[in-house]
Amino acid sequence: MIKFLLKGLLHDRSRSLLPIIVVSLGVMLTVFLHCWIYGIIGDSIRMSANFDTGHLKVMTRAYAEKSEQMPNDLAILGANKLVQELHKDQPDMDWVQRIRFGAQMDFPDDKGETRAQGPVAGWALDLLKPGSKEAERFNLEKSIVSGRMPSKPGEALITDDFAVKFKIRPGDKFTLFGTTMEGSMAFRNFTVAGTVRFGVGAIDKGAVITDISDAQQTFAMDDAAGEILGFFSDGNYDLEKASSIAQQFNASYESSKDEYAPVMLTLRDQEGMAEMLDYIDAASGIMIFAFLLAMSLVLWNAGLLGGLRRYNEFGVRLAMGESKSHIFNTLVYEGILIGIIGTIIGTAVGLAFSYLVHYVGLNTGGMMKNASIMIPVVVRTEVTPTAYFIGFVPGLLSVVLGNVLAGIGIYKRQTANLFKELEV
Amino acid sequence: MKMKRPAIIILGFLLLSFGNPKGGSILSKVDQNLSSKNRITEAAMTVNGKRTSRAITSKTWSEGTKRSFTEYLSPASEKGTKMLKLGGQLWIYSPSTDRIIQISGNMLRQSVMGSDLSYEDMMDDRKLQEVYAEKIIGREWIGDRRAWVLKLTAIVEDVAYYSQKLWVDTARYVPLKQELYAKSGQLMKKIEYKDVRNIQGRWFPFSMTYKDMMKDGKGTEFKITSIKFDQVIPEYIFSKASLKK
Repeated sequence: MIKFLLKGLLHDRSRSLLPIIVVSLGVMLTVFLHCWIYGIIGDSIRMSANFDTGHLKVMTRAYAEKSEQMPNDLAILGANKLVQELHKDQPDMDWVQRIRFGAQMDFPDDKGETRAQGPVAGWALDLLKPGSKEAERFNLEKSIVSGRMPSKPGEALITDDFAVKFKIRPGDKFTLFGTTMEGSMAFRNFTVAGTVRFGVGAIDKGAVITDISDAQQTFAMDDAAGEILGFFSDGNYDLEKASSIAQQFNASYESSKDEYAPVMLTLRDQEGMAEMLDYIDAASGIMIFAFLLAMSLVLWNAGLLGGLRRYNEFGVRLAMGESKSHIFNTLVYEGILIGIIGTIIGTAVGLAFSYLVHYVGLNTGGMMKNASIMIPVVVRTEVTPTAYFIGFVPGLLSVVLGNVLAGIGIYKRQTANLFKELEV
Repeated sequence: MKMKRPAIIILGFLLLSFGNPKGGSILSKVDQNLSSKNRITEAAMTVNGKRTSRAITSKTWSEGTKRSFTEYLSPASEKGTKMLKLGGQLWIYSPSTDRIIQISGNMLRQSVMGSDLSYEDMMDDRKLQEVYAEKIIGREWIGDRRAWVLKLTAIVEDVAYYSQKLWVDTARYVPLKQELYAKSGQLMKKIEYKDVRNIQGRWFPFSMTYKDMMKDGKGTEFKITSIKFDQVIPEYIFSKASLKK
C-alpha cells in the first residue's frame, strides 16, 4: 500500500510538492537554529576556558574572593612547586601558570617622554617555553594581524585595534606601567612583536600579551602566579571529572586556616559561570522550543489545509464505497510519507548549511563592536548528534497531526448526503 | 535668686558663640600652619599592606601649592624614582626603564607606591580655605587635645573629595583627624595626625596615618624625619631635566 500511496503522491504534485517544500524549509530552519545556538554556546565556553577560567583554576582563597579585580598582591607564592604537585597528582592534565593584570601602556616620543598612553588588560602566558600550548589556546598565531609571535623576553603582542588607535607598529617600544605584587610602581620596557585581533570586542579594545617570565619580573612576582589553570588533554570540559579533582584537591587544604591557602575551582564554580551556563541552557531551550512550536503550527496548518483541499476527492471515494477508516488511514500514511521525505530533505539541507557555517564562520563584528562580554565575533555553528533528529519533531509529528485533524471530517460525512454535497 | 529659663538659654548661646571663632577663621589659621612659601621634607612612609609592610624613604622639595619634586631614596627597588608636579601635571621618572612618564586621567586616582595615598591626594595641595566652606558642627576631645569638629563642603568643582570632617586643635590650629567623603556621602579615607611639633614658629604634625577605606590593609604611616620651611630652592629642581639627573 505504501508503494501505491507513494506513486499517488509523486503523480499528483499538488498533494506532495508544496507540503514537502514547506516541511523541508521548516525542518531546515529548526536544524540550523539548533546548530547556531549550540555553536555560540560552545564557542563562548571554550573561549572563557582558554582565556579565563581553564577547566580548573587554582588561586589563593583571598585572590578567589576578588578574582575579577586581578589582585596580584594576593597571588600564589611558590607557584612552581604547586604546579609540580598538580602535575604529579593529575598527570593527564596540562597545568599552567598565568598572571592577569591591569596596567597602563605608555608610548614614548623621540625624547623618551609620553606621546600616548592607554589602559590595557594584560595576560602573561607561558609563550616561550618549548611545548607550551598556551599560544594555541589563545589562537595567537592565527590572530596575528601584523608582525610575528614573541620569540624572546621583552617582546609582547598588543591588540590591533589598540595599536591602530595609538599608531603603533611592530618593532615600536612601549613601557608597561603598573603595580608590583607588593604595591610598588612597576615599569618595564617592551618591544611590540606583533598585533593581534581575537574577534572579541571586550579584549580587542586594549590588551597586551607577554611571556609569564616578563610579567614575573615586571610585577616582582618571582615564583608567584595569580592563577594556575588546568586543562583536560582532549580540550573538552568534563564537569564530573573536574568536580572530582577539585573536591580531592580542596579536601587536602580543608583544615588550613590560611587565607592564602590554594583553592581549586571548576569552570562552572567560577564567578558567574554557573549562572551563565544555566542561563544559556534555559535560554537556548526556550528559543528552540518556541521555534519548534511555531514550525509545528505552520506545518500542522499545511497538513490541515492539504486535507481540507481534498474534500471532494474524499466524497467521491466514499460514494464509490471506500470505507471511512481506510480513507483516514491512507491520509495519515500520506502524512507520514510527506513528513519523512520533507524531514530528510530539510535535515540534509540544514546540516549542510550548518557544516558550511561551522567551517567558514559568520563575522558578526559589526554588531559586536561595543560588546563587553566574551562572545566570539566570528560565530560558528556546532553540529550536535541531536541536530540529526531534532527536525523530526516539527517535520513528522505536525504534518501527521494536521492530516489526522483534517481526516476527522471524513467521519462526519453522511453517505446519504454525498451526492447532494458533490453537486454544490 | 532663681534665674528664669529663657535667660539661661540665651546665656548658653552667648557662651557657645563666644567660644567659637568666626566662620573661615579656623581654616585660615590651619592653612597658615600647614602652608608655606616653600619647604624641604624628608619622610619615611610605611605601607602596611595585607600581606607585607614596606618602608619607603623620600625627599621632597615643594614650593607653594603648584610645584613639588620628590626623590625616593630607599628601598633599592624604589631608589632613584622621581616625581615632578608642575601645576596640574605629574611626571614620574623610572630609572629601570630610563623613561619619564606622565600620569594623567584615571591614573591619578591610583595608589602611590601601594600606599593609601593617591597621586590625586599628593597633587592637591591647595589651601583648605580656597577649596572648602567650613561649618563648625561640634567640639570633641581627641586624646588629650580639645578640637573643633568642622564640616567642610567643596566650593569648587575640581576637588577629589566633595566634603570632609575635620577635627582641629582649638589651641594650635592643626588638624588632628580628618575624614574624606565622596559626593555620594561614602567615606573614602581617614587620616590621623600625631606628633604635633612647633617648628619655625608654626605647629606642624610630624606623623600621619592614612587609611583608604576602599583598600584592605592596615593603612599607611607617614613620618616626617626632617622639615625645613622657606629655604632657597634652585629653579632647576622643578624642571623635567632634574628627573633624569
